[in-house]
Amino acid sequence: MTDRAPQSSADNLLPAGDPVPLPIAAVEKPRNQWLDVWDQFKTHKGAVFGLGFLIFITLFVTIGPWLWQVDPGKLDIRNKDVRPLYMALFDSDAKVSWANPMGTDNLGRDIMANIMQGGRISLAVGWTAMILAVFLGTLIGVLAGYFRRLDGLLMRFTDLVLSLPLLPLLLVMMLLFRDPLRAAFGPENGIFILIVVGIGITSWMQTARIVRGDVMALKEREFVLAARSIGTPPRRMITRHILPNVLSPIMVSATLGLATAIITESALSFLGLGFPSDFPTWGKILFDSVDRMTAFPERVLWPGLAISLTVLAVNYIGDGLRDALDPRIRGL
Amino acid sequence: MLTYTIRRLLLSIPTLIFIAFVIFMLLELAPGDPMASMPLSIPPEVRQQMREALGLGEPWWIRFPLWLNQFFIVEPQYWIDAAFDTNFADGAQRIISFQSRSPVFEVIAQRLPQTLWVVAMSYVVGVLIALPIGIISAYKQYSVFDNAGTFVSMIGFSVPPFFSGVLLIVIFSVQLQWLPSIYDTTLVVNSWDSFKQQLLQMIMPVMVLALQTTAQVSRYMRASMLDNLSQDYVRTARAKGMSESVVVMKHVLRNSMIPVVTVIALGIPSIFGGAIITEQIFKVNGLGQLLIIALQGSDIPMVMTITFLLAVLIVMMNLIADILYGILDPRIRYD
Repeated sequence: MTDRAPQSSADNLLPAGDPVPLPIAAVEKPRNQWLDVWDQFKTHKGAVFGLGFLIFITLFVTIGPWLWQVDPGKLDIRNKDVRPLYMALFDSDAKVSWANPMGTDNLGRDIMANIMQGGRISLAVGWTAMILAVFLGTLIGVLAGYFRRLDGLLMRFTDLVLSLPLLPLLLVMMLLFRDPLRAAFGPENGIFILIVVGIGITSWMQTARIVRGDVMALKEREFVLAARSIGTPPRRMITRHILPNVLSPIMVSATLGLATAIITESALSFLGLGFPSDFPTWGKILFDSVDRMTAFPERVLWPGLAISLTVLAVNYIGDGLRDALDPRIRGL
Repeated sequence: MLTYTIRRLLLSIPTLIFIAFVIFMLLELAPGDPMASMPLSIPPEVRQQMREALGLGEPWWIRFPLWLNQFFIVEPQYWIDAAFDTNFADGAQRIISFQSRSPVFEVIAQRLPQTLWVVAMSYVVGVLIALPIGIISAYKQYSVFDNAGTFVSMIGFSVPPFFSGVLLIVIFSVQLQWLPSIYDTTLVVNSWDSFKQQLLQMIMPVMVLALQTTAQVSRYMRASMLDNLSQDYVRTARAKGMSESVVVMKHVLRNSMIPVVTVIALGIPSIFGGAIITEQIFKVNGLGQLLIIALQGSDIPMVMTITFLLAVLIVMMNLIADILYGILDPRIRYD
């Protein structure tokens, strides 16, 4: 800890963007705070594996379709029910083909192309819903924590939303707003907006509570007093002094939010209330394959593994991030 | 304590009414039409009459108080009548399902036992597995057991029930053929054989739900035990020469249970939510499946009532958790 600049030490966590003139001779060049975080993050093995897997799956679904140029919706009824390649090891009669390494479904659609396309949508829904939820949570948390007058009202509202049965309400929203949104924005965008907004507005509460608590504690610190004494208006106070300091709990709850958003989207698709059936997501592919899982268990396995491993990876990243962002643990 | 409980109980009434209002308005504003599934050949005026027959002709500010009246006054009157053979209800209108045309609460009463069996059993099993895991994990921190426990709970958090359930079916029903994949609710337990069958068909849904509970509760238990194990009173107890089992199981465990008990109480509503998915996988015809069917059929009274019952459960469990916290921890005084 001794060779680090004050920025990284536990008790002098200065607001970012406030460069402090350091005595030049005595201290070496200050290390970036995020480099320290990265150093600590690297020591958490699960988190590094998780990050690796998340990068892999993101590349798989984004770059994959360029390399594997098979139309996920193309029907090829002659090549239906092709088993994945590894089945040839157990059963020499199995119908396998190099053209469909993960097999095809009962309509001859290539499963690998579908998993790629479905992953794009699942991850896109997860990221956008998470960003929306974190944005809402941070906004409400900062407002409630910083402005005393809004605190009671906003926190009662948060408690109220927390005591709503969220999954049933989400199902109600899906079912009832599906058709008008589909008419307004087209079948794909309409459902996408509905699912993202639905997940976003039902999962911001934990972030809001955590952020509010941290903001209230920060407000009593000396640097906030100093900033206020030179006449900083609340708007700049929040964006320059408060927000950079509550970034770590926000990032941790963002990872949790990404995990729950992916699971919720898949659950909605699994209950048949998500995207329409010609529009694959991981949850949808899983749902469509359940009926024939006795004969073709691999079709359930691929999307299920994709969801589970992605969420596991994100959870491990969150775990590592929590340790890395905690200045009491970092650098030990 | 009593005044606190009474105050909280009174406060929960406006909360619940507000929640009911939110759910009602969501269903009201939503453009879904219960008549949508009727044949298109029905002429518009007949359609309008059918809407009125369903009670949809009135504006919401008349229907919402009516629903409140039915839910909070008429329905309890019917229950009292059924229990004590009285006649308070006097033939008043009950909440009627659009789909089955029978009182909503009668349908719920038929479906509740299935859900309760699976959900309650899984919660008990999950907690019973979680507590020892949490205790041992904390006592032997960073040991192999602790790391394994962390990994299992990570899996419990990450693997969604609709995958773990399907995976269990593929392994135990399809490949090994040990367990039935469909939950048979018509089974009457009256002999040793049928009891065994009931047990077999419950294993998978219970395990799927229990995995989620175990993941959560064991983490809390571990964290709470770790907090207490480093406290001074533990050192004092050891210094007095108490055996390790007494220190851990009496001193530490009792103090660590305080936050865990509230977590257990707060987790009950969410396990009912999780049951919606699990019931769909194992084809249990419980409350979750009833909700899905009602949603697909635009059965507004049914959806409204089930959703509101879940909200009541959440509010009550929050209240119970707070009160339990006050009872168990003498340092916390609400008055």
